[in-house]
Amino acid sequence: MSQVNRLPAPQGSLVDRAQTVSFEFEGQCVEGFAGDTIASALAASDLWLLSRSFKYHRPRGVLTMAGQDANTLVQLSGEPNCLADRTPISEGLQVTGQNYSGSLRRDRGSLIGRFARFLPVGFYYHAFFRPRGAWNWWSAWFRKKAGLGVVDQSFVGEGFDKQYRFCDVVVIGGGPVGMSAAITAATSGAEVLLLEEHTVLGGSLNYARAGIDANAEKLRRKRLVSEVEAAPSITVMTSATATGWYADNWVSVLCGKRLHKLRARKVVLCSGYLEQLALFHNNDLPGVMMGSAAQRLIKLYGVQPGKRAVVLAGNDEAYGVVLDLLDAGVAVAAVVDCRAEVSSDERVTAASHRGVAVMSGHAVYAAHGDHQHLASVEVRRIVGQGECASHGERINCDLLCVSVGVMPAYQLACQAGAELNYEEQSASFSITRLPPNFELGEAWDVENFPWPIFAHPQGKEFVDFDEDLQIADIVNATLAGYKHVQLVKRYSTCGMGPSQGRHSALPTARLVAQATGTTIAETGVTTARPPFAPETLGHCAGRSFYPALRTNIHHRHIEAGAQMLQAGAWYRPAYYGDDPERAIREEVLQVRQSVGLIDVSTLGGIEVRGPDAAEFLNRVYTFAYMKQAPGTVRYALMTNEAGVVIDDGVVCRLGPQHFYVTATTGGVEAVFRKMLQWNAQWRLDVVLMNVTSAYAGVNIVGPASRAVLEPLCTGFDVDKTAFPYLGVRRGIVAGIPAMLLRVGFVGELGYEIHVPQHCGEALWDALMDAGESAGIRPVGIEAQRLLRLEKGHVIVGQDTDAMSNPMELQMQWAIARKKDFFVGGRSLEVLERRPLRRMLVGFCANPAGSVPKESHLIIDGDNMIGRVTSCAWSPSLEKIIGLAYVDPASAAPGSVISIDVDGRRTVSAEVVSMPFYDADGLRQAL
Amino acid sequence: MKILICPLNGPRNISEFTYGGEYHPLADPQKSNDRAWADYVFFHDNHAGIVIEWWCHTASSYWFLAERDTRTDNVVRTFPASELATSDGRS
Repeated sequence: MSQVNRLPAPQGSLVDRAQTVSFEFEGQCVEGFAGDTIASALAASDLWLLSRSFKYHRPRGVLTMAGQDANTLVQLSGEPNCLADRTPISEGLQVTGQNYSGSLRRDRGSLIGRFARFLPVGFYYHAFFRPRGAWNWWSAWFRKKAGLGVVDQSFVGEGFDKQYRFCDVVVIGGGPVGMSAAITAATSGAEVLLLEEHTVLGGSLNYARAGIDANAEKLRRKRLVSEVEAAPSITVMTSATATGWYADNWVSVLCGKRLHKLRARKVVLCSGYLEQLALFHNNDLPGVMMGSAAQRLIKLYGVQPGKRAVVLAGNDEAYGVVLDLLDAGVAVAAVVDCRAEVSSDERVTAASHRGVAVMSGHAVYAAHGDHQHLASVEVRRIVGQGECASHGERINCDLLCVSVGVMPAYQLACQAGAELNYEEQSASFSITRLPPNFELGEAWDVENFPWPIFAHPQGKEFVDFDEDLQIADIVNATLAGYKHVQLVKRYSTCGMGPSQGRHSALPTARLVAQATGTTIAETGVTTARPPFAPETLGHCAGRSFYPALRTNIHHRHIEAGAQMLQAGAWYRPAYYGDDPERAIREEVLQVRQSVGLIDVSTLGGIEVRGPDAAEFLNRVYTFAYMKQAPGTVRYALMTNEAGVVIDDGVVCRLGPQHFYVTATTGGVEAVFRKMLQWNAQWRLDVVLMNVTSAYAGVNIVGPASRAVLEPLCTGFDVDKTAFPYLGVRRGIVAGIPAMLLRVGFVGELGYEIHVPQHCGEALWDALMDAGESAGIRPVGIEAQRLLRLEKGHVIVGQDTDAMSNPMELQMQWAIARKKDFFVGGRSLEVLERRPLRRMLVGFCANPAGSVPKESHLIIDGDNMIGRVTSCAWSPSLEKIIGLAYVDPASAAPGSVISIDVDGRRTVSAEVVSMPFYDADGLRQAL
Repeated sequence: MKILICPLNGPRNISEFTYGGEYHPLADPQKSNDRAWADYVFFHDNHAGIVIEWWCHTASSYWFLAERDTRTDNVVRTFPASELATSDGRS
């Protein structure tokens, strides 16, 4: 039975008969030709059963042969839910069906179809929820029964990526209309991108038949393709699907494993039509397919779609199908034409001349199967809209081609804001209210039969194949009160499956209109949001690009055995060595007892210059800067308009009109941007520059720091009187021009040395060399965090949240009282008049107990009265210390608070006055 | 993706910009009572129609204003902040 249905050339324009390809389907070896899809190769070998449906496990086969339906979803060995009528075969490919128990041919799950009347639309919402907890049991069962493919959990990453593209005109659809549009646009000088979702250009010219001449389309295609190829300004992308339209003609295009993000000056949509279903009993049987699907099988793949066919017609295109079937050696038992009168199109006449019986005013009322394939159809006379005579005749056939109407592929136009209209009389669609720079290609007219819907007492006239929805399901949804088409969609899940309503939207609109006594135009169709075709997570993820910033000293940290962590985009050394606890403890003691070196290059830096520089800082920070003397450093606390603390740092006055301001590593971008926004309004005479990455910084800190630093300095004195605490100096350190700050973040004598970024490593090396005899060692940010905690300094963002004000932080001292204005000042004035709701306090706990962690709760009986923001075992003090928000009633030093540790035990702690270490701040001022 | 026309850098993808909230003239903290100040800080008009908004071209840190119709998401025009902000920022 190998390739029994294969037709001779010239049928089968896509397949190469010289190249045989074998693959496996359901464990059976199948042969096809290069160029075949899985579905065409199976059809060539007379295998029509592709999958089982989602709910009733009904056998399903080829429907569109265009990748527009969910019938053909199959499982590949590494990938679920692949379209069998799109996926090319390859040697050794392993394919199985999906959604069955047992075998595809004998699916035990199909028994469920017999209970369909107990599983009405919306049954999920009605049943299975009682008794309480029942759903948990049922849902597992449904998951198993109603699954799609199987995800390969051993999957390893693949090379998905993204590409940006630009063009003057993008033409979506490479059919005759699209090719003509591309040629026209190119002639007028535009750079054109022509997108075709199938593997070759030509669209309907590849398979349809507009007249009696079997070669007319072929010739027309040849002419258009050669014109397209000859135009140098047309770029053609095949196998490329435009999946969505977004603002300003931004079009997502999927091509292989790449997502193209396309910006086009103009979009010309030439996506043509999607052939539509007819609704009758068993309209989903394998063997029932769109007329265009039969034509695609014949002409693209050289596969005979059946031996004896019936064609259900609603327009003249159906007679093109008839002629093609006859040419392919298929016997056409009858054309069942729904129209009362058949037209005089040349194809109709030709079909009659070739002896085909035409039954006008008739419909297929039911299809009947045998061995899971169509065996006969029951044809009845139409006596009214959707009504058939009580008797009819049975015609044996193994193929039923449905050609009753089409719907424009309107999805992208509607995403762009256009309107889809329906004209009841002619049952025709139009698309209007197109946005600017969006056009539709001129398509030919296809007649639609207005009501190809024939209800059957036994149902099984499927509206939506994906979700197994029948006529009664849609009607019942309206009876349940869901009268709007959008509500029907959500209640019934109609159009929510993989084919996204491409075939169900129109019959649903018709049924809802009828059931609610409105017109189809009024009912409308459901929204077709992007993506038009499935996008994988791989497409969305693409290649991962994570920006990373490394300081100039980065590899010195690596050499010293640092464990790096990412803070924002910056890599910073967390600690040095393999044992974090030991390393952090030693690094802390190093700073307290001798001297350590901390890389502070990541610290934000902003230069503020100009006549209004001091006034500007006075407005953005809570402190006062007008009278700050050059050569000094002041603390800087920033609040927003609501008085919430948003950043902190220091302000160094370098000259009357020149300041250097630091900001937190993570906050500097936002702080700088906010400063600029304020000044866009204030219009002060000041220039701001974010110099964060222009400088490397090293903090040499510890009681021995001055002794290590002194011999390296030229041009300034480092002794206590010449360069006191909270001073800033500029000079030369180890031959490098530097700016030095004496600040007290970690609470020891220290110098923060800022040098041009590229000199960071040289400075680090010089300091390490100079400090060798003093036993200097690098110190990571974990130790730095602990050192500052011992000093009771808050880290904005860790010890503060979106509500923290300076009073809660006990930082009233940082608010200048005599200023006219600063951002947040007015709000702080209001807040200060109100009682505090919480306070940030320091606490000490028993060193033998377990260490509370950030965010553990402070409890008082059953009440939560606060939370821990920082906590650690302090090597300097040899006890547990921390910061926590507590109820003001528990904020006085000496109060005892209870901390709930991991919900398992309660640790008792005592509120103490801060700082924990060196309360008088003598050490930093040495 | 939307295109926004930066008065300094020309048309750029919206992903290059940072939104800065609705523009409102600065209130005078001295002349506002508590309620008026709270309204100024916390309440936004959320107007259906054309609103003026702050936008910043992130890469060049350039702030400007945009008139946007919140009903259609159409940006009617963009212009430098100097058009609205007076020397003390209170227009």
